[in-house]
Amino acid sequence: MDTPVLKKKLGLKERYAAMTRGLHWDTTYQPMDKVFPYDKYEGIKIHDWDKWEDPFRLTMDAYWKYQGEKEKKLYAVIDAFAQNNGQLGVTDARYINALKVFLTGVTPLEYNAHRLFAHVGRQFTGTGARVACQMQSIDELRHYQTETHALSHYNKYFNGMHSPKHMNDRVWYLSVPKSYFEDACTSGPFEFLTAVSFSFEYLLTNLLFVPFMSGAAHNGDMSTVTFGFSAQSDESRHMTLGIECLKFMLEQDPDNVPIVQGWIDKWFWRGYRLLSIVAMMQDYMLPKRVMSWREGWEMYIEQNGESLFRDLARYGIRKPKGWVQACEGKNHISHQTYAVFYSYGAAAAFHTWVPEEEEMAWLSEKYPETFEKYYLPRWNYWREQAKNGNRFYQKTLPMLCQTCQIPMIFTEPGDATKIAYRESDYQGDKYHFCSDHCKEIFDNEPEKYVQAWLPVHQIYQGNCFKPGVDPTKEGFDPLLAVFDYYNFKVGRDNLDFEGSEDQKNFAAWRGDSVQGAKK
Amino acid sequence: MSVVALKPYAFPAKDVRENFPAPLLFIGWEDHLMFGTPVALPLPPDTPFGALGTAVLPGTYGYHPDFAKIDWTKVEWFKSGKPWKPDPAKSLADNGLKHKDVIRFRTPGLSGINGSCN
Amino acid sequence: MSNVFIVFQDNDDSRPIIEAILADNAQAQATYPTGLVKIDAPGSLVVRRETIEELIGRPFDLQQIHVNLVTISGHIDEDDDQLSLKWNN
Ligand SMILES: [Fe+2]
Ligand SMILES: [Fe+2]
Repeated sequence: MDTPVLKKKLGLKERYAAMTRGLHWDTTYQPMDKVFPYDKYEGIKIHDWDKWEDPFRLTMDAYWKYQGEKEKKLYAVIDAFAQNNGQLGVTDARYINALKVFLTGVTPLEYNAHRLFAHVGRQFTGTGARVACQMQSIDELRHYQTETHALSHYNKYFNGMHSPKHMNDRVWYLSVPKSYFEDACTSGPFEFLTAVSFSFEYLLTNLLFVPFMSGAAHNGDMSTVTFGFSAQSDESRHMTLGIECLKFMLEQDPDNVPIVQGWIDKWFWRGYRLLSIVAMMQDYMLPKRVMSWREGWEMYIEQNGESLFRDLARYGIRKPKGWVQACEGKNHISHQTYAVFYSYGAAAAFHTWVPEEEEMAWLSEKYPETFEKYYLPRWNYWREQAKNGNRFYQKTLPMLCQTCQIPMIFTEPGDATKIAYRESDYQGDKYHFCSDHCKEIFDNEPEKYVQAWLPVHQIYQGNCFKPGVDPTKEGFDPLLAVFDYYNFKVGRDNLDFEGSEDQKNFAAWRGDSVQGAKK
Repeated sequence: MSVVALKPYAFPAKDVRENFPAPLLFIGWEDHLMFGTPVALPLPPDTPFGALGTAVLPGTYGYHPDFAKIDWTKVEWFKSGKPWKPDPAKSLADNGLKHKDVIRFRTPGLSGINGSCN
Repeated sequence: MSNVFIVFQDNDDSRPIIEAILADNAQAQATYPTGLVKIDAPGSLVVRRETIEELIGRPFDLQQIHVNLVTISGHIDEDDDQLSLKWNN
């Protein structure tokens, strides 16, 4: 057989051109617009797809090679962790609750991201964009699998980790991340990339995968750090896709600028709201603290974002509309979010607790202007009451923001003693929002957000019971029926950490291992 | 503005009145952030407004030491953020409350644990 | 001037890469958050293949850095010989 032999190995740029751009052809049996019907209707004008840049110039063959290496490294650690009972080496069983939030809230997003990138990876007319999206689609599937695999070890020992996908589709607080992705996937392909690749990946994920994973390392969780950093190693490529797509749109046509600016405004705010839960994990759920949410925000968003938006100014792009409010929020959102989870601790599949004395001191130190003034008084009261057997559990369901779907916990800009209420009238009904920005997102596309599956409203409509449940039956307890629909194991998955099975088991296991060593 | 779409875009709103057994009412207690979020309650339209303080809200807010001290004749009400004077003897509907309205109340002299709005 | 940064997992594979960056970029500063090495530099930063090869005494494919890369900021350009990060402001 005659195999053509290349005289000289191709350089990276030629290799990328051959293996990516060289794979494209213009269709002739059918017009290109019919083969790629979705990348024009959003109004983004593209004149020359060849101007799309992939600065890493990664080709498929190299992609498989490096991803294979990452997997081998990761699985070596996961195996070692399981073999050595790594779960006993974490600082404190309270920490595991951060993993429960991660597994039910974040991991299913990876799967959604996989589906969505596979979809847009088909829809762009330009090959450069298609190949980058296809790689990311495979990355996201890998993240979903490795996170599930790594965390399944904890599921053997701790409660609340048995039904992540089921819960993600149903549980009230998980509708926040779920709706973010569903909002993105029901946009066109360019908006989708702005939402996920630019806003989420480029601007915001550093806060999840960098300081939080450092926190996991600090708390002795070798398994989570390793899958976290392994996933994050793909993130540089994802972030690059985000920024390159943005620059590409801005450079192709000046008419694209206002459309892109609108998406940046919307998705920065959507992403910022979504991260409230990460803020809570960072400040309240890591027994050994590394960096406060506020410090992470300053390092990764304020400093880095300033540089980025200074750079984008030459295209006529300004900072997202919600920027100033989001920066003010760095002093508040972790406290507001954790407090509401504590209040609704009977209705969550993870444990909450009153922070310990030293932890409150740490919070006071990290949040000198806000923690003692606005948040400490309720913790002192709750702690007193819990000591006397009167732990606070709010039983009335919360009012939700129509856009971000978070309970209305956020306060007015400039006044942290007042909840912010905003509303719009649309087709004879009222819609309520947590902020000016969530309201504006709704007002721009009301036909979309009136379809929101708001968990509280779904419960009241009777749509959150298992099939066959009869709410008219004598002694029917609607809340218990909802928890059953969620697959919660009531009394094991929910309620305070104090007195939980997790707490007792962890103490017993650690005690046992000490005894074992003495024998 | 509206959704940019390839085809006509019209889907039913999820939370219209007919989908609920009773209209929803949203209620918030000002200056009491121990309840970090206002609440949502489905309430029959013929519920007397005065029953909120005596029958409906104790289950929601009774945990707070301020709640027992409330003088309901002195409470200030707001509807969609604007001062509002409901008649406690009349029903929710007769007070003009509709599905998904939001009302708040302030309790003068009672502003949370040690006046901290908590 | 804005800073660019590049972050690696703090492990054996990363060490020569970090050393090379610090040698080639006089203004670069390394910090060590748990599990990580973060290098900040004003305006721009370059990772050179040759410097890494001198340190490890064997050929090195620059794309190998993807295995331990955690995050970056700035505009990127990569070819066989170097990877650069820069802000245009
Ligand atoms: Fe991912
Ligand atoms: Fe919102």
